[in-house]
Amino acid sequence: MSGHIDTVKQAETTPEAEQPFRELGLRDDEYARIRGILGRRPTSAELAMYSVMWSEHCSYKSSKVHLRQFADVVAKGTAGSDAMLVGIGENAGVVDVGQGWAVTFKVESHNHPSYVEPYQGAATGVGGIVRDIMSMGARPVAVMDQLRFGPADAPDTHRVLPGVVAGVGGYGNCLGLPNIGGEVVFDPSYAGNPLVNALCVGVMRAEDIKLAHASGSGNLVVLFGARTGGDGIGGVSVLASETFDDDKPTKRPSVQVGDPFMEKVLIECCLEVFAADLVVGIQDLGGAGLSCATSELASNGDGGMHVWLDRVPLRDMSLRPEEILMSESQERMCAVVTPDRLDAFLEICARWEVTATVIGEVNDSRRLTVEWHGDLIADVPPRTVAHEGPVYERPMVRPEWQDGLQADDPSRLARPTTTEQLRDTVLRMVAAPNLASKSWVTDQYDRYVLGNTVLAQPEDAGVVRIDPATGLGVALATDGNGRYGKLDPYAGAQLALSEAYRNVAVSGARPLALTDCLNFGSPEDPAVMWQFAEATRGLADACRELGVPVTGGNVSFYNQTGDQAINPTPVVGVLGVIDDVTRRVPMGFAAEGDTVLLLGTTRDELGGSEWAHHVHGHLGGRPPQVDLAAERALAELLVEAAARGLVRAAHDLSDGGLAQGLSEMVLRHDVGVTVTLGEVTGDAFTALFSESAARVVVAVAPERLDDFRAAATAAGIPVTALGRTGGDALVVDGVFRVGVGELRAAHDATLPALFA
Amino acid sequence: MARVVVDVMLKPEILDPQGQAVATALPKLGFDGIAAVRQGKRFELELDGDVTEERLAQIRNAAETLLSNPVIEDYTVRVEP
Repeated sequence: MSGHIDTVKQAETTPEAEQPFRELGLRDDEYARIRGILGRRPTSAELAMYSVMWSEHCSYKSSKVHLRQFADVVAKGTAGSDAMLVGIGENAGVVDVGQGWAVTFKVESHNHPSYVEPYQGAATGVGGIVRDIMSMGARPVAVMDQLRFGPADAPDTHRVLPGVVAGVGGYGNCLGLPNIGGEVVFDPSYAGNPLVNALCVGVMRAEDIKLAHASGSGNLVVLFGARTGGDGIGGVSVLASETFDDDKPTKRPSVQVGDPFMEKVLIECCLEVFAADLVVGIQDLGGAGLSCATSELASNGDGGMHVWLDRVPLRDMSLRPEEILMSESQERMCAVVTPDRLDAFLEICARWEVTATVIGEVNDSRRLTVEWHGDLIADVPPRTVAHEGPVYERPMVRPEWQDGLQADDPSRLARPTTTEQLRDTVLRMVAAPNLASKSWVTDQYDRYVLGNTVLAQPEDAGVVRIDPATGLGVALATDGNGRYGKLDPYAGAQLALSEAYRNVAVSGARPLALTDCLNFGSPEDPAVMWQFAEATRGLADACRELGVPVTGGNVSFYNQTGDQAINPTPVVGVLGVIDDVTRRVPMGFAAEGDTVLLLGTTRDELGGSEWAHHVHGHLGGRPPQVDLAAERALAELLVEAAARGLVRAAHDLSDGGLAQGLSEMVLRHDVGVTVTLGEVTGDAFTALFSESAARVVVAVAPERLDDFRAAATAAGIPVTALGRTGGDALVVDGVFRVGVGELRAAHDATLPALFA
Repeated sequence: MARVVVDVMLKPEILDPQGQAVATALPKLGFDGIAAVRQGKRFELELDGDVTEERLAQIRNAAETLLSNPVIEDYTVRVEP
């Protein structure tokens, strides 16, 4: 407890004191702006609060001007936006799924922490997104993780991947939440910059939505959950070590450690508190900890707030006030409670053995004031901390290499021509790290706990039942192809949305809304900023066209090593609703004698394809053509076909094309298929490996064939007859035959050989 | 034959959920007067032959890279008499 406490009074009398604002990541003009707002120099506690809240991560200062497009989509009343109950800006968006139920979902990044400490980084990524969902008043019901690593055989991938997978599984499994899908992608651009995104979905009755508002003068601010330690304190340590504590420069660790059992108790405690209607507002503590929770609650409310910081229960008694304000200790929540409900609130916390402490009070001062053992150490207008931070219109330049990249068409690459070469390519592709079975990863996750999982990996979408009485369910799929993003960020973002949208529809669910996690390089690089602007513009345009609004999400910048940025990777998660989960459509061939049809149009589109990547290490040309009208018509057909029970199986075609799609459908239940490619497109190779969008393969029982064809014709969807299910091989008539055993061996061996 | 002991503990500021769980269980089972618990790992390494500076350096390297996770853990190496 040594060292000097910087108070507001001292700040007023020592205006010239040197402050380490640059070490805290603030620019000279930002620091000057803080001094302008306060009319004096900030105290070290205030400096800590502003520096974390004005960081890129918390303030969205580079992305805000672009993200406004998503709100415009909703404001202009795009079809579909009427289902949105809570939009961007809250902890997570909420969507009305009918029958009085509301669903909240969000995807967020935990990239950098997962690189430093893979297990804990991934685990706390899951924990953080689950608390976001809880703070909306919902019960979390499922999670999904979108993971991207460097090349599968790179040493760093071997350091990071096992820890990340174990962390996702360790935290989610202990929490008792099914992991119903996600992605595992390898690409050299993620070497040294793995992407660990986590999505959570929660369910509540529509009238039970909770918001992060601190209103009502005299109401109490209660911190509950884990004690506060030194977790996640990075830059702020300079305040302790350089300026105020010269004799003992303790550099505190920034690794946050998760405790899933604490979080599980916290979930149940929160749900009981919600059910008894004991809170006015609630907020989880994540990035920027108490600084964020108190300033956002006060800023969203109607007055001010006073905080007695010395009342915060500590795990480490040596923490300084600035560190307490910035600590990112996990498994903590902040609630606003009326005084007459406080005893009932504390009683529920006591029953769950959750530490709960009144640390503040709402007032009408319009200031956020923080007190430390009787001294005032912060006195700020909360909006300036939480919502009125800097906003930058960063310079953007289309990179000069973009034209060259797009001109480098894959048509120059050697294509397999003989039947033997085609057969080898099929086997080689199903074994490629990006296309091979992900069972080694997903088998470490519990997919069925809670007993409501209807579909999970490797299916196209995860589907969970939310009302056992009526069979109402939701489907979720996430996609994002960084190679497409690099070739054309506008189209790449639209293709990510198209694929997730299609995957939801394939399962029989009607797509409703989306969440996005926008992973990019440094916003200070004009080329990256151009990629970001293009991607957000593409996404907003596609949202309008498809009638699915953005409900929230997250931006992760600075994913780069030196001047080498990752491929622009907008990960899009689409939520859909299915009225009766028994009508869901699985992906695999399940019976002999079904007719196999290809829906959609196949063109010669191999730019950014998995074939070019895996076989030739090539990235160039243009990504597949975006056709949102076709996606929409296709989705409508698939939803109708599911409801009427017209299709036995349906599977989206994307990475790896038709060859990959058919292989996966065969391998799901070891039911073979014989197809002819004559009517698909020009040559067998293009038919098998092109990645044209808006395509789906369906299997239809003989007695349903006429009805399905009629529905497809009515919807204006091109249908190509491929063949018939049956046998124990993938047979392309007149080209090759691959036995199920050989196909499975190739598909299943890759990941265990690399990581087991 | 010599024995070297490597103790691995989470760094003091790092949250230790296991230790906390033990600390919560102790008073419930009647063990009073314990304020906090932190749990770690102990490795006992039996050497072929005597302890040399070279061997110890090797063991420190193993402790740093294999036996502990230096991002969140500290270790100590000592020779058992």
